Amino acid sequence: MSKKKLVMIGNGMAGVRTIEEIIKLEPEAFDITIFGQEPHPNYNRIKLSTVLQGDTTVEDIIMNSWEWYEENHIELFTGETIVNIDTDKKRVLSDKGREVEYDELIIATGSSSFILPVPGADKQGVTGFRDIRDCETMINTSKQYKKAAVIGGGLLGLEAARGLLNLGMEVEVIHLMPHLMERQLDPTSSKMLKDELETQGMNFLMEKQTAAILGEERVTGLRFTDGSEIAVDLVVMAVGIKPNVDIARDSGIYVNRGIVVDDFMHTSVANVYAVGECAEHRELVYGLVAPLYEQGKVLASILCGAETKPYEGSIVGTGLKVSGVDLFSAGEIEDDENTKSIKVHNEFDGVYKKIIIRDNRISGIVLYGDTKDSSRLFKMLMKKEDVSGMTSVSILESGCCGGGSDSNDVAAMADDDIVCGCNGVTKGTIVEAIQSKELTTVDEVGGCTNAGRSCGRCKSQIADILAYTLGDKFDVAAKKTALCGCTTLSRDEVVAEMKEKGLTSIREVMNVLEWKQEEGCSKCRPALNYYLGMILQDQYVDDRDSRLVNEKMHANIQKDGTYSVIPRMYGGVTSAEDLKKIAEVAEKYNVPLVKLTGGQRIGLYGVKKDDLPAMWEELGMPSGYAYGKTLRTVKTCVGAKFCRFGTQDSMGLGIELEKKFERLDTPHKVKMGVSACPRNCAEAGIKDFGVVGIDGGWEVYVAGNGGTDLRAGDLLETVKTKEEVIELIGAFMQYYRETANYLERTSKWVERVGLDQVKEILANENTRQALNERLDKTLLKYNEPWSEAIENKEIQEKYYQKREVPVLV
Amino acid sequence: MKVMKMFIADYQSLPERAGQVFIMDGEEIVLFRLSNGEVRAIENRSPHPKGGTLSEGLVSGEFLFCPVYDWKISLQDGKVQAPDEGKVKIFQVERDKDQVFIVK
Repeated sequence: MSKKKLVMIGNGMAGVRTIEEIIKLEPEAFDITIFGQEPHPNYNRIKLSTVLQGDTTVEDIIMNSWEWYEENHIELFTGETIVNIDTDKKRVLSDKGREVEYDELIIATGSSSFILPVPGADKQGVTGFRDIRDCETMINTSKQYKKAAVIGGGLLGLEAARGLLNLGMEVEVIHLMPHLMERQLDPTSSKMLKDELETQGMNFLMEKQTAAILGEERVTGLRFTDGSEIAVDLVVMAVGIKPNVDIARDSGIYVNRGIVVDDFMHTSVANVYAVGECAEHRELVYGLVAPLYEQGKVLASILCGAETKPYEGSIVGTGLKVSGVDLFSAGEIEDDENTKSIKVHNEFDGVYKKIIIRDNRISGIVLYGDTKDSSRLFKMLMKKEDVSGMTSVSILESGCCGGGSDSNDVAAMADDDIVCGCNGVTKGTIVEAIQSKELTTVDEVGGCTNAGRSCGRCKSQIADILAYTLGDKFDVAAKKTALCGCTTLSRDEVVAEMKEKGLTSIREVMNVLEWKQEEGCSKCRPALNYYLGMILQDQYVDDRDSRLVNEKMHANIQKDGTYSVIPRMYGGVTSAEDLKKIAEVAEKYNVPLVKLTGGQRIGLYGVKKDDLPAMWEELGMPSGYAYGKTLRTVKTCVGAKFCRFGTQDSMGLGIELEKKFERLDTPHKVKMGVSACPRNCAEAGIKDFGVVGIDGGWEVYVAGNGGTDLRAGDLLETVKTKEEVIELIGAFMQYYRETANYLERTSKWVERVGLDQVKEILANENTRQALNERLDKTLLKYNEPWSEAIENKEIQEKYYQKREVPVLV
Repeated sequence: MKVMKMFIADYQSLPERAGQVFIMDGEEIVLFRLSNGEVRAIENRSPHPKGGTLSEGLVSGEFLFCPVYDWKISLQDGKVQAPDEGKVKIFQVERDKDQVFIVK
């Protein structure tokens, strides 16, 4: 099937989001070509103000990298403008003479700053605030000049003004109307905003109309219609935007203020669509991202032939991205004789709230100083909820003083409450992503759900949801429940059933315990494999295909599909001979990176999968298990053999420990450290097992962690001999293996079961001995995996080969 | 367009539930022999924005769990399962006794 040709004019947020939606639906349906006037890939235009304000850089706001276009086979022409659309022959022509044919055409040309048609508007030092170039102009100007004027006291103008202040300029904001942001704020809140911005250092000239821009080549001043003048070095026009419609109009497509589209984004010409700020829908042109993304979603479905609801317009809420200012506005702002409003004005705390109620429904919201209620109220407005049964207190939940803690706010949200308005992401979607993907940062949430990736205003709320979702109570409750989505049984129930019914294989466990998904998932398969191996000690036949990639391959997969090779280096001690061998292998196989790891050994990174067995063979060293849920390394200091402070042979004990415990399957990775004196150069205090030499003995620390959950180890016992150290660690290790959840580190496990309880168990000599016996029996079953792969052709073929297939034509 | 049927592998050479990589016409194709005996073929490229390979993923029934980002992918239609989104390129497979073919 040959692909249809899809051409898009414009490379901005609304257009590229449409393409993203198309790729999600039908990645193979179109050959896509994009023309962009700017020399950049798609970036987050909303964040320009943060670049100007110095919070981010241009690189940070790129949303789709050059690689993204490449990976999705999109032909991208930047710095190239379309000058003609031939709608009969269905082709476009660029200013560089390039002709491209299309089956479907999307116009997503966006809008430009509206430049006031006053004399002198073309002088140097006059700019809009719309793209990266405008931003660069302002940043560069601020390095040489001092005085800036922003024409326009709306959203964009104030954000630009704040940015110029950050760049060290003096800023005058010139506004035609008596109040700032008069389309979003009523006079009271507008006054509060002006007072705040004045204390931040902004100056305002209200009710002034610009008549001319003064100066020779470069701007030197402004003259107003009342005859007054001011001296300035930079003028930023932020009075509004105008849709870029020339190309559409010239090509015979019907244009009013914007390119007129119907509810499915069709223009007046067949196979031509418009989306974003250049489009006019039901007589409205939108300038905010949320409605534009909604349009993109509808258009993508139409182009892919998928079912979709029509786009029926949007009600939009706005906030201002200026630090120290918290405001939200949506719908109507002025009350009249048919409205009843709730107004709260707390001058002391600088909080103002106005909820306009018309026909028992919220029709307008203005919040200043405390916007915690914004998403809830906005939802009520959007859903046209009847509020006649509610009291003003229940409508304004967070009260009049900006009270109420943020996390409560998050807890009170319903699952279908929108958190990220720009991308239409609900709380439920975010919570589910956090839980099922084990997300821990706001960025990760953004990566999975798109939430917070546009204007970023909801990021603090996402952080609250993270804290709320991962918080102690929530966490434990979640873990107590099922092992995974394939069963309703918990870890303890599954393990008890395995023992009681004598189950011996994963398949048997799933059959007998009535798994919902016949062959399980990536959560339960590795866990069951571990539990069976733990219970059946030397009897269980390991199911290699139920292990995740790294353990299955005995190498760590890197993000580009290559692997790392990290051989064992017991106790971090090596020899000239081994170093030579590592160097030779690295050279022979063109290893891109040779690096000392955090665990005192050498890693070879970027190895091709099919080179692994040969490299292992040439190295002739055992696997360092740098990829496994097992003992990683034993880090040691030099110790008594060389160090003048050392009281014990730390290297000797470290090597002995590593040789004893290597390859043992454990619930999660296990790290050890041995230091010869309390100076603790091996950092044993943050290891799962840490041993510190003292005069005449050893201290044994457990459950330390130097990673995500930084935790100092607890002193388990002080013993006299190294034999006692090994016996104690063995018993503790086996008890951890038998009682911890799969993927639970010793630090988390000790906090869950309690150190005292573990100490009590280990205090019994007989128990300790029994634990060590079970451990030793288990240790007997392991073979060195690299030599196994070298010797076994079947393993090599199954896991490490790529086959070329000749194509006969 | 002309339909092409190309031999790719002997059925008996395919181990169960472990992806096998074949390079055909410069493209990496992974064959999965499922536990129900069927063979599925997909492109060895994750639809995750950060990319990565799929051949080492864990196979469960008609689904594959991506080895790097743990996305759940249907081997029948290539669709990534919610809450993630995306689609893997799939190839049509035909089997004639012991011979497995890719149909393009």
